[in-house]
Amino acid sequence: MAADDPTPVSSTPAGAGPSGPTPARAVVRLDGITKRYGPVVACDGVDLELRPGKIHGVLGENGAGKSTLMKIMIGLVVPDAGTISIGGTRRVLRDPIDAAHAGVGMVHQHFSLVEPLRVWENVALGDEGRLKPAEVRQRVAEISKRYGLDIDPDAVVGDLPVGMRQRVEIIKCLRRDPSILIFDEPTSVLTPAESEQLFDTLRQVVHDEGRTVALVSHKLDEILRATDEVTIMRHGCVVGHVDTADVDASELAEAMVGRRVSLRSERVALGVVDAAIEGSETPDTHPEQSPVVLGIVGLTVRSRDGRTLLDDFSIDVRAGEIVGVAGVEGNGQRPLADVLSSLLTATAGTVSVDGVGVTLGRAGAMAAGGVGVIPEDRHDSGIVLDMTVAENLALVDIGDLARGGVIDRRAMRRQAETLIDEFEISCAGPDAPLFSLSGGNQQRVVLARELSHAPRVLVAAQPTRGLDVGAIEYMTGRLRRAAEDGVGILLISSELEEILDLSHRIVVISDGRIIGEMPRAEADLTRIGLLMGGRAA
Amino acid sequence: MTTGFESADIDHAAASTPDMAQQPPRGGGAGRWLGLTMRGRAVSALETVALYAVCITAAMLLSALLVEATGGDAGAVFSALREGAFGGPGRIGATIGVAVPLLVVALGTIIATRAGLVNIGQEGQLFIGAAFAAYVGTKLGASGPLVVAALLLASAVGGALWAGIASVLKYRRNVPEVLTTLLLVTVATQLVGFGLKNQWLLLAPAEGRANRQQLSKQLPDDTRIPRVTWFGNEFPTSVVFALALATVIAFALARTVWGFRLRMLGHNERTAQRAGVAARRHGGRALLLSGAFAGLAGGLMLAGGDFGNYTLVPGFPAEIGWTGLLVALVARQRVAAAVIVAVVFAGLRTGSGFLAATGVERRITDVVQGLLVLALLIPPALLFLRQRRRALAAREDRT
Repeated sequence: MAADDPTPVSSTPAGAGPSGPTPARAVVRLDGITKRYGPVVACDGVDLELRPGKIHGVLGENGAGKSTLMKIMIGLVVPDAGTISIGGTRRVLRDPIDAAHAGVGMVHQHFSLVEPLRVWENVALGDEGRLKPAEVRQRVAEISKRYGLDIDPDAVVGDLPVGMRQRVEIIKCLRRDPSILIFDEPTSVLTPAESEQLFDTLRQVVHDEGRTVALVSHKLDEILRATDEVTIMRHGCVVGHVDTADVDASELAEAMVGRRVSLRSERVALGVVDAAIEGSETPDTHPEQSPVVLGIVGLTVRSRDGRTLLDDFSIDVRAGEIVGVAGVEGNGQRPLADVLSSLLTATAGTVSVDGVGVTLGRAGAMAAGGVGVIPEDRHDSGIVLDMTVAENLALVDIGDLARGGVIDRRAMRRQAETLIDEFEISCAGPDAPLFSLSGGNQQRVVLARELSHAPRVLVAAQPTRGLDVGAIEYMTGRLRRAAEDGVGILLISSELEEILDLSHRIVVISDGRIIGEMPRAEADLTRIGLLMGGRAA
Repeated sequence: MTTGFESADIDHAAASTPDMAQQPPRGGGAGRWLGLTMRGRAVSALETVALYAVCITAAMLLSALLVEATGGDAGAVFSALREGAFGGPGRIGATIGVAVPLLVVALGTIIATRAGLVNIGQEGQLFIGAAFAAYVGTKLGASGPLVVAALLLASAVGGALWAGIASVLKYRRNVPEVLTTLLLVTVATQLVGFGLKNQWLLLAPAEGRANRQQLSKQLPDDTRIPRVTWFGNEFPTSVVFALALATVIAFALARTVWGFRLRMLGHNERTAQRAGVAARRHGGRALLLSGAFAGLAGGLMLAGGDFGNYTLVPGFPAEIGWTGLLVALVARQRVAAAVIVAVVFAGLRTGSGFLAATGVERRITDVVQGLLVLALLIPPALLFLRQRRRALAAREDRT
């Protein structure tokens, strides 16, 4: 879309920015930035230089310290050591306001928009002095037109799809005419086509207007497609800096992970190979003949304020089958998983496991009925951080580990030791508090518990999010094995690669409805991408 | 490629850490971290003691300064406190008599807190419990040990009912229990006051009391908790009951499915719901139970003899409900610690009875007491905050 915009940049009055005089297109330099959280070093003597006219990729696995670094640049986190200089002047950024004065703006992964307000109102939030609606509206329209963002200033943010909301964030950011723009994992909420548009906008912002852009990502293909140079981080340190043109995906992957990446699923997880082209590794089961283990019929969920979260959602999952639910985040995936976790009740519809109806919304009903869940946010509904590993492994079946209401602690320990062994959970022992485990190991605790009850159905919601590559490999392997053991798996994911790699069958969810369904063999990226955008294809 | 930091090129980066390949990702980091917490725990026990020592010393220094500056004798004040609590003849018995209801209130508070609830209306629940006990003990015309059991049961039911109002409001109408339990204290006071004005409820018959006095009939001699005397210290036998209750609760919280589910609910309501622990049912019950304990404390006070001379009077709770809440806070929700803290707070209270004899002005001795209570409250607050921060930090870099 940005490419369709014929207005050459130079024709705008006053030069470059959406308004006002051209700010100095500054070089940003970080020197020896260090930040500790207790004993964990999030950033360890990081040096980074962002140059105007370049899109600078910051690549790293989850937990490599990229987000902390960006938060430091925007003033949300104050570093323990190191200096920041912008345009040659040393700056101390105590909060985002300082950063804004210094010309740094950021588009966060999680938006900070007020949903019931209109676009221009959201943009004007935080302004001081008298509010001039007409002026703000006009500015929003101007910026929208210039970058081809296609945003109506008077639209209510709550009505916009997630991808459009990101554009509102971008407008909020651009309006202050920052010389440095930071994007934190921007494509996680976008369809493939929207991502392409975003990159077009970025190129325009950088190459035509000489701004500086930092693009934080853990996706290789994105870094390769959109950036000019790239800095790779691992375990809080910078381990490499190269021109993007000089590297390929394998080299980047190895630098990011710190070892040779040879396993196929790892390469898929990293985006080194394209599952859509190279075929997939769906489990070797033939579920066409197997019985239906999970039957969802006409599930409709409305939020308290009356918005429809799930709309007449129906799906069957057979024993041994992996059904992938693809879609841009925020299109009903969360409520779907919540209903299957007994956390949410529905206004209409039924869920049955092995043909037996399960009462919706009653505490523990789904777990008792044979539905295991790996929740999207394990801290929210998967684990209790303040309890021990053994206790977390026994959350659901504590009744079976007790006699006369008194817990058989030896049995609980035994179960824990077995599962720690079987699932290779790295921890100090069954009595270690769960918060002492790394994210990947916490996820293994969830996986171990949910699989240890011999579930009929396993709901895996974004199961690999936030995991590093080795952990991703382990997780997908386990999912495959569970399917081969006859568990029906509902894989809810916004990572298309993951869905294409594992699923027998793919449905696409948009606005709480299934708008497309296809067997894996007939799935192709273009079609799914179009469907994800809400267009029938 | 002008600055030095860019020199680490890709190949070098990949080759420089071949050892990382074998190790499970981040496992090493987690282990190191654990080692630190283990060491941290040992340090924190020492730190806790030091923290209390510093706070109490500071409070005593400030108190001494205050007393001396207003012309009093600081040494006399502290020795009066000590004598009144533990030193003088029979004073230990008095302290035990106060510690019993404090402990029982604290036990109930711990139960509610474990379930993630904030019950701060113990004073009212206790008063209602005492009123139920007084009614059963004086108005039914029966007497004897069985009636003691009945009035204690009634007191627990009374406290549970009073907390039950907050429970219903919370789980049916989403009204925060912090507000309802607190506000119901005022209502309870007025309600019992009403009972003490009407003969058909609690007021004693006109003969044998001054005309406008509002008090209940005294419990008959054989409808009281027996008192024993050891080494000149007289105290009610309910102390055995309270300690037994503490043991049972400590065991139940640590070892039973009930305690497990309560903790699950208190720490993560959504995980609990998914695992089969409904907040409405389990949390509601915990709040009732918490009220029952406060009510029971009221019954024990009435039948025990250390408060109101076996008679229900206005102002009967004597802030035991509030203090019991403090006991639970200072004990940081641990039953064993609550036993000790209850004795300490009881000692502070009985000890202050002797302060008037020192000739130091009442307002000044009140400040001294306040400072000492503050000294006991600051360390747990600090420890709680630090624990919170650590947990938050742990969460931050684990996500």
